[in-house]
Amino acid sequence: MNSLVCVAYVPDTESRIKVAPDGRSIDEADVKWIVSPYDEFGLEEALRIREARGTGSVTVASLGPDRAKAGLRECLARGADEAVWIDTGDGRYLDALATAKALAAVAKEKPYDFLWFGQKGVGYDESLVGPMVAELLDLPHVALVVKLEVGEGRITAHREIEGAHEIVESPLPCVLTAQKGLNEPRYASLKGIMGAKKKPIAEKKLAELGVPEADPAAAKTRWRKIELPPARQAVKLIPGDDPAAAASELVRLLREEAKVI
Amino acid sequence: MKFLVFIEQRDGKIRKASLEALSLARRLAGGPAVAVLPGKGVTALAAGLGAYGASVVHVADRDDLALYSTKGYVGALDAAAKKESPDAVLIAATAMGKDVAPRFAARHDVSAIVDLMDLRLEGDRLVGSRPVYSGKARAEVDCGAAKLQVATTRPNVFPAESQPGADARVEPLEMPEVAPRARVVRVEASEGRELDVSEADVIVSGGRGIKGPENWPLVRDLQEALGAALGASRAVVDAGWIDHQHQVGQTGKVVSPTLYVACGISGAIQHLAGMGTSKVIVALNKDAEAPIFKVATYGIVGDIFQTIPEVAKAVRAVKAE
Repeated sequence: MNSLVCVAYVPDTESRIKVAPDGRSIDEADVKWIVSPYDEFGLEEALRIREARGTGSVTVASLGPDRAKAGLRECLARGADEAVWIDTGDGRYLDALATAKALAAVAKEKPYDFLWFGQKGVGYDESLVGPMVAELLDLPHVALVVKLEVGEGRITAHREIEGAHEIVESPLPCVLTAQKGLNEPRYASLKGIMGAKKKPIAEKKLAELGVPEADPAAAKTRWRKIELPPARQAVKLIPGDDPAAAASELVRLLREEAKVI
Repeated sequence: MKFLVFIEQRDGKIRKASLEALSLARRLAGGPAVAVLPGKGVTALAAGLGAYGASVVHVADRDDLALYSTKGYVGALDAAAKKESPDAVLIAATAMGKDVAPRFAARHDVSAIVDLMDLRLEGDRLVGSRPVYSGKARAEVDCGAAKLQVATTRPNVFPAESQPGADARVEPLEMPEVAPRARVVRVEASEGRELDVSEADVIVSGGRGIKGPENWPLVRDLQEALGAALGASRAVVDAGWIDHQHQVGQTGKVVSPTLYVACGISGAIQHLAGMGTSKVIVALNKDAEAPIFKVATYGIVGDIFQTIPEVAKAVRAVKAE
């Protein structure tokens, strides 16, 4: 069984975010980049399926500027067999539909049983691309997968919804989006890191994939501006030396000032 | 400006988040919107949507929609959109809404602006606002060159406004038979169907400061006093003290309740990313330097093993008044 794992290379959540002079993107100067954590769950599951069956391949794909290759190398070091890099030229915002169209074009090149995505790309947090690729390729999808059983040509996936799990059966091929809880991703071994240098990264230009929305004028969603959130008011601190008095003062404030209880 | 709103129901009850989206559509349009309601045995729920702003509800009430399927529910929304040709589609950003929106959008060759905390109109174009980069920035977004504008709204942010007035007109929706490939075969409630943090108006969360899973009753006591949902930090989920369903933060759930009480949570960036947009934040922590106090509205610095029970007691006292 073959998997395509689509990964986003995103700012580390611990990075400080500064707004770039254009007012619509972030200043990337001091940003550390990581493979989006949810994508790691998808990669791990794809590797486990390959290992359990002893056959099949795991391809990773990423879309972005030059740095996206570093993310792909990381996935190769963890055990992916090959990689596809879609070169967007620069780091500008591509909408979810454009991203999905480019990845769908790559997904069509080989018969994959599984197309993996993270349930969201950390940073944009949109949760759009995976199901969009499924729609573009006319495939079933299951989003927010926390448990997976693989049968012959079929899967049973546990999907997380509010306060419950939906147990979903689907034929393969299928698009899956990974949620935390699915597995514990492995780290790359030293051997893996060395081996990754020899593994192939195929390069494609976004412009060659026929994605009209890659042109900013044709984008179907845009970021008009970004700004830092307004600072919250300074905290009202209550000393806790007398817990009972502190508690009643807190509850008074919640009731009379904030009016929330 | 014509809005079509996707209405979600589970177990015969309309989701509040859908009523919020419908009320928002009425407010933006300055008049009624149309709605679509898929499910089984849902016809009786439709007329009442008039109070929240629907003039017409297209109801797909069928056996093959008893359980959620992407194909069936997106199919119903699509059938309603074909009938109504709306300018904009609003969907609540619940687990179901997040599943429906991207497939529907891609089918119409558009994208979607999602998880919005603010939405307004400029002429007939939607302009939304949402937190990005773990809440460290806020993006103003629109639908660019898209003719059909698709937007999802974060639950618990917009008010659900009931107004006296006419019932909605209920129209049965015709759509082809649904034979979904990906099929829900059953639904398993987790942990006795607790209120989920993403739907809760009040959340009480516990972190490392509670020292061990044996101390959850301490936090549960305050949770019950406030009628809240139980949240948790990543540290305690990773330590196996509680299920991931409860996790609030970047790799957990992003929430915007009216009141968020953080018990023994220091406030790592990734946690703040998940709850920083709460209206009122209370921090109970022994360390006055903890980052959680930077976002908190109110805080008690002290031993949480003493303060939490006292706060629970004080809450019960005022609620009993």
